Amino acid sequence: MATHSYTSRRELEEHSFSPLVAVLVPLAAIVLQALLPRPFPRLAILDLSLIVTIFFAVSRRSPAAGALTGAAIGLLQDALTNQPIGVNGMANAVIGYIAASIGIQVDVDSLTTRVLMNFGFFLIDGFLLYLINFRLLGLAGFHLYWAHELIRAAINTVLAVPIFFLLDNAKRRE
Amino acid sequence: MESFFTRFKNVLVLVAILLAQTIGLAIQVRRPVESGAPDGEKVLLLRYWMVSMVTPFERLVHGAGWTVRHGWSNYIDLRHTRQENQDLQAQIARLRVEQAAFAEDAMQGRRLQSLLAFKENYVDKTVAAQVIGSSGSELSRVIYIDKGSLDGLKTDQAVITPDGIVGKLRDVFPHTSQVLLISDQTSGAGVLLATTRVRAILRGSTTGRILINNLTPDQRIKPGEQVLTSGGDQVYPRGLPVGTIESVAPDPDHQPYTLIRLRPAVNLDQLAEVLVITGTQTELPPLAQKDLAQGAATAEAKAAAAKELADQQAAEAAANSAAQIVAERLPSLPEAERADGKAAAAPSVDSVTPSTAVPKPELTIHPDRYSPGATLPAAELKPGAAEPNRAGVVPVPSTDAAPPGQTVAPPKPRRPKPAPATASPSNPPPQ
Repeated sequence: MATHSYTSRRELEEHSFSPLVAVLVPLAAIVLQALLPRPFPRLAILDLSLIVTIFFAVSRRSPAAGALTGAAIGLLQDALTNQPIGVNGMANAVIGYIAASIGIQVDVDSLTTRVLMNFGFFLIDGFLLYLINFRLLGLAGFHLYWAHELIRAAINTVLAVPIFFLLDNAKRRE
Repeated sequence: MESFFTRFKNVLVLVAILLAQTIGLAIQVRRPVESGAPDGEKVLLLRYWMVSMVTPFERLVHGAGWTVRHGWSNYIDLRHTRQENQDLQAQIARLRVEQAAFAEDAMQGRRLQSLLAFKENYVDKTVAAQVIGSSGSELSRVIYIDKGSLDGLKTDQAVITPDGIVGKLRDVFPHTSQVLLISDQTSGAGVLLATTRVRAILRGSTTGRILINNLTPDQRIKPGEQVLTSGGDQVYPRGLPVGTIESVAPDPDHQPYTLIRLRPAVNLDQLAEVLVITGTQTELPPLAQKDLAQGAATAEAKAAAAKELADQQAAEAAANSAAQIVAERLPSLPEAERADGKAAAAPSVDSVTPSTAVPKPELTIHPDRYSPGATLPAAELKPGAAEPNRAGVVPVPSTDAAPPGQTVAPPKPRRPKPAPATASPSNPPPQ
């Protein structure tokens, strides 16, 4: 008698998404992010691409998939900027990897975990971007403003919580 | 070996991704770094794919928004349009007068430039474009416009608005172009401080502020000074507004240089329409020449009117001067008589004013019996009494009072006296 058994928490809560959702949601995030700052310049502080990266990474619970998803979304994000392609790609790949690794260990469906996780990942993202721009690309005028990074992390965390609940409906349960 | 890849699959994937992107970055970044330089062919291709994927959505949203805004502003919200039109007409009239004031200076400047063989670049052709999107990143201050290479745009062309410079074209695609704003950290421009004529290099920053940080401390540079393009970068034509100096402070990162912060002339966060300069020329464009000629004509008309007014005033001044000279040369009354005349004229002024005082007769010079006061009051007179002799009164012999038996000699006839120069009505001549 063949029985289906789960051997780990990863197998228990691993989610997948339809290809349409996996393509359209990151694309919609990038398009919205490019459109919103034009009428509302202050909304340039939002990073919808990173929110989507974190969500897919923690939902799939596969570090390799998380890194690949982050890299793909980051590269698309870079293609719209004047920065060298790969800056956001590298940062998002690392974030995706870490997020998926955390998703294996802790319950990422609770509100508190999501808030802390998003806040922390946005701070890490700011630090990674500083490292890439200042150290790797050698931009001497690039500074890390911690106050700004904290505000950015807080605002994006507030936005990430409802987006996570919205995207929960797109999970394909098997 | 298989177990190694299986065991470290995730880490290996991450390392591979990071390594590939690091190599990609190394290929893209050139030394020395050219600020705002366009991408290479392969990078441009990747950007082109992404831009082609995103811009249709941006065009759709922008088109819908534009239709709503256009419908509202052109057909519904037309309040105060007439007043605005009148204000604009008044502004045009004022600007024409100002233009006339500058026209002569401009023409003189052009003559001097031609004498020195100095070549000036004037904006000849521009293409109007609408802003349809942005990069969506705080660290990348670029915008996308709805015109591309099919509209005649090329990389490194300047993008401006009527208020000042915006940036330059960085990447040009067939139907879309990427504009690098002057506030981006990789942006730069040659500028000139309007008052002090100091040349400097403008730079953007990660915070989106535009800065000048290649000048040493100078007491003459103060907040409020206007900054213009110098034309030295071969991108922006000379003399376009860039911004105003907001603050001047020592640069903590680059001593002994100063950090000059500028307030941009254009609101870079709220751009809707821009102009791309597609052509410059050394001669003034025909329309500008026409405007300049009109300004010169207005200036000439103003000068002619001013000259006519000055001539008229000079003629009036000359006439006044001649009258004064004639008055001085003609004989006039002595000062004493003038004073008497003034004194005599004074009572006449008083006589005009009504007075309640009873006028008194002047004193008689030669009193006689008819003079006022010569006759006694009626209460003192007695019937038949002799007339009292009074001092100063000529006695007249009375025939009625002579004693009987005496003959009264007839009175001698009085010799008539010559009449005085000023005859007094109170002393009439004897008849």
